[in-house]
Amino acid sequence: MNKELKILAIIIVLVGITYWGIEPYAHSVMHPHHEPATFAYEDLKPLKVKGNAQKGAQAIINNGCTGCHSIKSQNIPAPMDPVSASASYGVNPPDLSLIGAVVDPKFLANFIKNPAHAALLDHKFNDKKPYPMPGFFGSEQDLADIVAYLVSIAPKEVSEKEAFEVGCGRCHNLRYDNWTVIGEKPKFKSKVEEADFELKLAQYEENLKNYLGTTPPDLSMFIRSRGPEYIRDFIENPQKILHGTAMPRVGLTEEATEKVVAHLEKVGDRKKDKRNFLGIWVIGYFIIFAVLAYLWKKKIWAEVE
Amino acid sequence: MADQGRRDFIGMVFGGFAAVGGLAALYAMKRTWDPLPSVMAAGFTTVDLSPMKDGELRTVTWRGKPIFILKKPPTDNCTKEKDETKKRLVNIGGSDYLIMIGLCTHLGCIPSWEPEKKVFHCACHGGLYDACGVNTFGPPPRPMDIPPFKIEGTKLVLGEEGPEYKKLVGKA
Amino acid sequence: MAHFEKANSVYEWLDQRLALDKLWKVLAAEYWIPKNINFLWAMGVVLMTMFTILVISGIFLLMYYKPDTKLAFDSVNYTIMQEVWFGWLWRHMHAVAASVVFLVIYIHMLTGIYYASYKRGREMIWISGMLLFVTFSAEAFSGYMLPWGQMSYWAAQVITNLFGGIPFIGDDLVIWIRGNFYVSDPTLTRFFMLHVFLMPIIIMMIIGLHFYTLRIPHVNNQDGEEIDFDAEAEKYKAGLKKEAKVIPFWPVFLSKDFFVLGVFMIFYFYLVFYHYDFAMDPINFDPADPMKTPPHIYPEWYFLWSYEVLRGFFFDVGPFSAMDMGLIAFGIANVIFFFLPWFDKNDEVAPASRRGGFFIWFWLLVADMIILTIWGKLPPTGFNAYIGYVAAVGFLALFAALPALTAGRKGLLKFVIATTVVLFIAGFLEYTKTLGNGFIITLLFLVFYALFFLSPVIVKRVSGGAR
Repeated sequence: MNKELKILAIIIVLVGITYWGIEPYAHSVMHPHHEPATFAYEDLKPLKVKGNAQKGAQAIINNGCTGCHSIKSQNIPAPMDPVSASASYGVNPPDLSLIGAVVDPKFLANFIKNPAHAALLDHKFNDKKPYPMPGFFGSEQDLADIVAYLVSIAPKEVSEKEAFEVGCGRCHNLRYDNWTVIGEKPKFKSKVEEADFELKLAQYEENLKNYLGTTPPDLSMFIRSRGPEYIRDFIENPQKILHGTAMPRVGLTEEATEKVVAHLEKVGDRKKDKRNFLGIWVIGYFIIFAVLAYLWKKKIWAEVE
Repeated sequence: MADQGRRDFIGMVFGGFAAVGGLAALYAMKRTWDPLPSVMAAGFTTVDLSPMKDGELRTVTWRGKPIFILKKPPTDNCTKEKDETKKRLVNIGGSDYLIMIGLCTHLGCIPSWEPEKKVFHCACHGGLYDACGVNTFGPPPRPMDIPPFKIEGTKLVLGEEGPEYKKLVGKA
Repeated sequence: MAHFEKANSVYEWLDQRLALDKLWKVLAAEYWIPKNINFLWAMGVVLMTMFTILVISGIFLLMYYKPDTKLAFDSVNYTIMQEVWFGWLWRHMHAVAASVVFLVIYIHMLTGIYYASYKRGREMIWISGMLLFVTFSAEAFSGYMLPWGQMSYWAAQVITNLFGGIPFIGDDLVIWIRGNFYVSDPTLTRFFMLHVFLMPIIIMMIIGLHFYTLRIPHVNNQDGEEIDFDAEAEKYKAGLKKEAKVIPFWPVFLSKDFFVLGVFMIFYFYLVFYHYDFAMDPINFDPADPMKTPPHIYPEWYFLWSYEVLRGFFFDVGPFSAMDMGLIAFGIANVIFFFLPWFDKNDEVAPASRRGGFFIWFWLLVADMIILTIWGKLPPTGFNAYIGYVAAVGFLALFAALPALTAGRKGLLKFVIATTVVLFIAGFLEYTKTLGNGFIITLLFLVFYALFFLSPVIVKRVSGGAR
């Protein structure tokens, strides 16, 4: 018996060394460590003045924001449909109803002022090739008012799905949730309707590809292919994790990021709870199985040893 | 099989426990054969009946089967007793409709509607049904089946059992 | 026509026609196993269980899997993983079992090497076992392609490309294997066929052969003792169960196996439910993209050691390119274990601990294979390349030295060791670029391979005792 334990110990040590080498160690070499996301956006300067939401309601119209952006919750419609908008700007400008609830206000102010800089895309955009959204040249007070306004109209709580749609859904498909970059895929009543939708989607994706230089991946299985930590850190600072990526920093708050991750988990790993639950039962079963097998073995071997 | 003379208590407990595990595995296997949730969810078809004309036959697909919807069927050709035939019609928005699975109850071919003769004729083995879908000639053993349905205004939802359906098949 | 009596029960009726009693005795109740064994002797039953799990879980995956490059990824990752009842469980069980089955195979193999269970009449057990290793490898590789993720695609790309290294026919062979000029739909469908039909059938037949090969030489024991199985079986049947050196397969041997199996299943299901990334690489959850290679690609862990033998040769040797050298060594590494009974020139059957130098050889082999495995996954940059070279040459050197070692030919052994050490140094000089890829290193490798191929032929077999 002692000899058997010794053999077992040797096997465990050797398998342990091999496992350590090919999993934790090899992966730490392949993916250098980086600091986890803080969502503080420390490289950006906070606004010096306090905003007034009421004034912001006027400022957002005076400064031309609604020339491209819709604010559906305030009955301000989109000037263009998504496909035409993407033909003009590369990507459909977001509706601003929920922006204040998912994007960090400091980031939002900085983004409005200098979008390419806040998005960490200075290397891609310059005077010759300007960012599709022009920088804000108004007063700091106006800027603060606009941000205050956007925060004030946003609901206190957005759903996980909404956080995904606002934060990611205009560039990324999520086909396991029926989501496309031009919105939820509806039930089609006819082939013509379906072909029409597919054509619009293809046109939008083509425009998006020309704008970004690459087609953003479908995120359906990202919860398994990248894992929650990676997604979280990547959203906070894409360039830090994948240098040179076409993805802009979108400035989500920590809370909104958690919601996006939760949504991706619901879509890409919807059996997680079942797995965790059933695992305990199956392992418990085999613990009892092993104990009973041991008792039986002892009884049988008592006759021969 | 060797000396089973003595009672091997712990062996039986162990064997029984292993069998429980085997049953659990069988349950998982049975479940894996079940139709997918998406298949079950797709088992409903909604049809808007308002654009239908009197005497028109429409064929829609429900769970991969043809469903005949006949508005105001020429009931004068229903050969069975009046009461009996009335039972197979349902009143939606003031008009009578005949709703049934368009498969011959003999071996599952699709009978065709012959409006001049006011019969459904199954070409496979010559079965005939009257305008109420009741078998009148040939091998079909019973009238064409009525699918579960529910009525929502002028819309017909196939796959759900509404009160009209239950009344029709005598469940209510 | 044989004579048949009237049967008194269904069992008797069947027994008359199928000899059930006799069959049961031959297969189990009077199939004799040595008593002097430890839990390593249970690995066969563990392997059989894992194979059964693979077959059963595979059947249920097969019900929903679609072998089509457009549908495969979603049929696995959406339909099976998220829609089918317990589909995720079958897939996790299948993937994890495919991975740990190799862990058990390696333990099973190394047990055979340690206790010298591959020689003196047990050669066919060893060879049929190695055939199973090779067919399991083919089965694992073809299965890895099916989810059509990034790793599936690039593994298929790289491994099929290996055949391009075969002289003269290489390029055409690659196209023939793929069924297209690149890895694509016909590649997927033919590997699907191999995975779900041809390879499983072949594996099942070889498993039958493997069991059969055990019949005549019998299972080895912890001390390599030669047992008169007939005499010991008579003792056991006469009731001298404690004195007999043998036990029947059922129930005595299996009762112990079931316990070992139970413990192993706890480990296995822990991996299935809570620790599966090692067997289900996250990168493979990205759909295959022929236009984008992932930054790090590597085979599954059980192929890493032979993969590192392939990668270990990082410099050209005279007329041979680095790739040729790697392919030659890789080709040898994949078949060398088949020839182990002929590289070992000693007839003695005893555990390695009682075989002097062989004990050191065994642990060097284990250490080298672990190093190859770990460095097979690390990026082959900088000094890692040289470590890979030493481990790869060291692997071949272990086999080159084995005939001399086991036959007690000290002079030859020293010569092999010296050549190997010089090759290590020459490799380092290549690494620092102070030695050209010229005459000297070519000559060294010629000497090395000459020793490798000639030693098992010229060294005479000795019987027992030589240390």
